[in-house]
Amino acid sequence: MTRWAMVADLRRCVGCQTCTASCRHANATPPGVQWRRVLDVEQGEYPNVHRAFVPVGCQHCDDPPCMDVCPTTATRKRADGIVTIDYDLCIGCAYCAVACPYQARYKTTRPVNAYGREMENERKRRDDSKRAVATKCTFCVDRVDAGLATGLVPGVDPEATPACVNACITQTLAFGDLDDPASNVSRLIADNRHFRLHEELGTGPGFYYLWDAADKPAAE
Amino acid sequence: MSYPPQGYGTYGPDPWRQTSWDARAAGNFIGGGMGGGLIVFTVLADASGAAHAALLSAGLALVGFGLFCVSLELGRPLRALNVFRNPRTSWMAREAWASVLLVPAVVATAAGIPGASSFALALALVFVCCQARLLQAAKGIPAWRAPAVVPLLVFSGLIEGAGLFFVAAPWHGAATRSLQIAFGALLVIRVVAWLGYRRRVAGTIAPGAKAALDGAGGMLIVAGTALPLALVAAAGFAASDVALALTGIAGLVAALAGAFVKLTLITRAGFNQGFALPHLPVRGART
Repeated sequence: MTRWAMVADLRRCVGCQTCTASCRHANATPPGVQWRRVLDVEQGEYPNVHRAFVPVGCQHCDDPPCMDVCPTTATRKRADGIVTIDYDLCIGCAYCAVACPYQARYKTTRPVNAYGREMENERKRRDDSKRAVATKCTFCVDRVDAGLATGLVPGVDPEATPACVNACITQTLAFGDLDDPASNVSRLIADNRHFRLHEELGTGPGFYYLWDAADKPAAE
Repeated sequence: MSYPPQGYGTYGPDPWRQTSWDARAAGNFIGGGMGGGLIVFTVLADASGAAHAALLSAGLALVGFGLFCVSLELGRPLRALNVFRNPRTSWMAREAWASVLLVPAVVATAAGIPGASSFALALALVFVCCQARLLQAAKGIPAWRAPAVVPLLVFSGLIEGAGLFFVAAPWHGAATRSLQIAFGALLVIRVVAWLGYRRRVAGTIAPGAKAALDGAGGMLIVAGTALPLALVAAAGFAASDVALALTGIAGLVAALAGAFVKLTLITRAGFNQGFALPHLPVRGART
């Protein structure tokens, strides 16, 4: 079996938002819609203040609450763990948006352009099927599928890898098959201390955050 | 550099108020709860005749009004029939199916077909329960996903319907003393459900949600419970015309209080939980 997952090494992220920009470019999302965004977290009080940049988005959960609540079956989970939305079935009720604990879903009810009027590139890449329905990160499923069809390895070959991972300037983001013990993500998870967001909710996110080396004494 | 007290808006780690569902979604819970409760109470009152049919129709109309409200929130209303596709796991789909089945059951009950009232009663209860579970399934909102929200919404719906039943009492004349006592008991159960809910969510919801819920809760306890209870008690000692007026007022304030709590719950207490990190990244030399 295959379980696509993403890993973010929080020690590496510098908050440059290149992943956000590349996602927006790859998926032509309108202003205000960021399927991949980076949180700027400041924790503690002076002088013991820590700052972290945290890439977030759809966590492609094992048990996605957005899928269970969807009344139309527009939201589905593939056998490889990628959670998808059928834009032709979605009625735009936004139930999934309030069911998602990761605020990963967006609904834009009217066209939004970066500079008010529609620019040439926006006109060319306009996709009305995504308007007034729920949208979210797809792990660039089209790239993954097209790459697999030509024998490429997602997470290794850039043509088959999500745009945000390709664009990351610090190699914070990694993508790969969690069920393959030799994959990059499996090795990263094995070699480092990690957590997943809101794990107490039982959603089983497919997005892992590394925060320390596994072979070092715990720092916290 | 200063940071806003509510965090970083929609891009930060602190909880912020959801904007996906607004008063239109609240209208579904208000109309559906009132309508379902009214059907339940009308069937239990075991009245007959034109008033009985009119009350059942009003209940159905309120359910329809709630569904109409939520249809205004749909991004793609022309595809609304897709809502029936996933009753296997979605409480919204189950709510839609319950509402469709409720129509013939209520019509048959209003027409006096024997045995239909049991189906109408059961389906109205199922509909109200579906609404409550619908909200509880919204895992992204701590104030909604608490299991204690289910009894709160169910009993609030029944109270709101009962309240409307008593508002119409001067016309249908079926507001017996036993129904008034049942109404009073439901008022007490609802406030107990509220207090239990409020206690259970205390440690999990954002300060903004707490403030909103506390404001609505105070109103529910005073205007939505104590006042109608006092009015119903006073009605027991009053002449029949005055008693009808007192129970009507009690029903109205109890129903409005329930509606206000639901409106607050959806539109003002709907904060997500933000992004709390269990660990911060360890960088540099460790000490």
